[in-house]
Amino acid sequence: MHNILELKNLQKQYATQKAVDDVSFSIEQGSIFGLLVPNGAGKTTLLRMITGIFYPDSGDLLFDGKPFDPQNDFVHIGYMPEERGLYKKMKIGEQAMYLAQLKGLSKSEALEKIKFWFKKFEMESWWNKKVEDLSKGMSQKLQFVTTVLHEPKLIILDEPFSGLDPLNANLIKDEIYGLAQRGSTIIFSTHRMEQVEEICDHIILMNLGKKILDGTVTDVKQQFKENKFNVQFKGQPTELVSPIFTIEHQEKQQLIVKINDGYNSNHVLNYLLQQDVLIERFNEILPSLNDIFIHLVEGSKATTRAFQNN
Amino acid sequence: MNKIFLVASREFKTRVQKKTFLLSTIGLPILIFGFYALMIYFQVKTTDNFKVAVSDQSKLFNGKIDDKKSTEVIFSFIDADTAALNKKLIDKEYDAYLFIPNGYNLQSGEPQISFRSSKALGLMTREKIENRINNALEEKKLLALNISKGQLDSARLENNAIAFTTNDGKKDNETKVGISYAVGMIAGFLIYIILFVYGTMVMRGVMEEKVSRIAEVIVSSVKPFELMLGKIFGIGAVGLIQFIIWMVLVFGLQFLIPVIFPDVAAQMQSAPIQPGAMGAVNVAKESGALQSIMAGLAEINFTLIIGCFVFYFLGGYFMYAALFAAVGSAVNEDPQDAQSLLLPIMMPIIFAMVIMTKAVNDPNSTLAIFGSLFPLTSPIVMMARVAHGVPDGVTVVQLIGSMALLVLGFLGTTWVAAKIYRTGILMYGKKVTWKEMWKWAFKNN
Repeated sequence: MHNILELKNLQKQYATQKAVDDVSFSIEQGSIFGLLVPNGAGKTTLLRMITGIFYPDSGDLLFDGKPFDPQNDFVHIGYMPEERGLYKKMKIGEQAMYLAQLKGLSKSEALEKIKFWFKKFEMESWWNKKVEDLSKGMSQKLQFVTTVLHEPKLIILDEPFSGLDPLNANLIKDEIYGLAQRGSTIIFSTHRMEQVEEICDHIILMNLGKKILDGTVTDVKQQFKENKFNVQFKGQPTELVSPIFTIEHQEKQQLIVKINDGYNSNHVLNYLLQQDVLIERFNEILPSLNDIFIHLVEGSKATTRAFQNN
Repeated sequence: MNKIFLVASREFKTRVQKKTFLLSTIGLPILIFGFYALMIYFQVKTTDNFKVAVSDQSKLFNGKIDDKKSTEVIFSFIDADTAALNKKLIDKEYDAYLFIPNGYNLQSGEPQISFRSSKALGLMTREKIENRINNALEEKKLLALNISKGQLDSARLENNAIAFTTNDGKKDNETKVGISYAVGMIAGFLIYIILFVYGTMVMRGVMEEKVSRIAEVIVSSVKPFELMLGKIFGIGAVGLIQFIIWMVLVFGLQFLIPVIFPDVAAQMQSAPIQPGAMGAVNVAKESGALQSIMAGLAEINFTLIIGCFVFYFLGGYFMYAALFAAVGSAVNEDPQDAQSLLLPIMMPIIFAMVIMTKAVNDPNSTLAIFGSLFPLTSPIVMMARVAHGVPDGVTVVQLIGSMALLVLGFLGTTWVAAKIYRTGILMYGKKVTWKEMWKWAFKNN
């Protein structure tokens, strides 16, 4: 598969410390890539390097197989920063036209695409309104449209769902899937782990400027699983003691068991069948990304670092 | 380049489409004109038919103050005592009376002549009445000394008794010097205002982009330098357009004065200058004042002045706008931070203003020459010197040198400002000091 973006040993240092420290990863074209970074751990710096706002101190950045050239490649990138903004006093139609033209579209192209997206998002009546008249969710939609309008190869969305109601969040989510299907690559950064699990194919986790986790969502979960299983059964619970597993939690008709080293799920099932337990459900409990994130980041000095940064 | 143009045209369009632009561009000159017209109107109108009764008990004036046929102040002689005169004032038969007591001594001025009016007099009216009475008294005194008015006039030195010329043989006309002074002062002051008004406009624009967080979106498509230049060009164009409109309006409205107030125009022809109005113009003798000013104006090289004005307007604006943009980029949400950061930029502008007021008087002093060459002060100071003409006020070499230095200054400040701007516009949350801005500008990052 073709990599749209490759980072090799990227580094960026501020006066006192390394904001991005020797980070390497690559992103497949057409994938939805989750970038998970705790607050103050170098996300903004990393994204600014990928969007060409900052230059790395050292390391290579390949875009579409070639060394990244912000001067020309900016037309293929759409960036929606977490702290977003629009010109408050400017009319929405004009604003979209302006941002589209800055991305290299001609006037007629821009108009055509804006009309298409405004129609899709039912925003046509907004054209002559000002941004200051919009609600937060509405301006979020507008911001999304202006980010993807020029059909960029790489779309970077930083917390795209914040402030959106479920209906509008779904609308944007569907668009993200659609864009990925049509060949765009999406870097999706958020702190909402359930969204990452739902949307992303591949994730990396960064902390203190370093990459600490890299893989597909399924792989990562497998990597951090604790061999826990959920058993649901019928009838009266019996006393279950076995060297195969330890019971972590027991309810009326439900058990959470942790399989001990050297055994596997079949051993557990065999034992339960021998004990004549009527099993209704038996499934593995995989850790949520939320747990993994907290497990990995907790105890590090991410927040204190953010202050030192200033 | 294309992107700079896009940014500039957005800046231009959003500002020109605003209601405040229309209001300040069209409304302001009309307001000033209206005020101006009203002032002239009242000055001419108020003293209409001010009737003064004169009771000349010592037969000093023989029934006539002077030969003037004025409609403004009418003196009519009656014989009445003060009590009767007071009654006439109360009856509103007269607006005021002049009482010359019996046995008035011309030499000692005793007993004193009294003037009483029903209301306090306006300054203009009072001055007119005082002048006429004083003149009449002066004439009487001279007569008592056996000197006629004619003798006195011929004894007085004419204004052009001494011929002032400069080394190159040109006539050094006093009126021209006065007008040069006025033109230099006005041009320098205008540039001073322009630097402040449009410089602040640039700063506010940058702050708006930073505070509304749109900067990060924009700089992912446009280089910060292009964004800054686009903003400066766009707002510069707004300034230029606004200025051209003002000029056209001012000149256009001036021609309207005679149409709206025909009698005002007639008045202005006969007595154009008020006493004590403008020092520069006061030089001119009352009778030929208008012609004299016209002649003075004709001697001033307006092509040179307007050309220089546009050059220094744009040069000064571009140079300072970049600095204002740098300050704007360093400011966070709190606009008060801007105040302290602005001070170092405002200092040279104010300093230039001080030098300018000296330079209009003495365009070839060392201070004036320095001020007109140093790029941070030259846009303001040079206008004061240029108004005196080439080579009287400034030599060709100095003018060209000053222009070249200004261009260099513009390139220099823009280079420095761009580096500060680039870092500042994406920096949130903390208060920036001059020391840090210095680091951004001169350390590679």
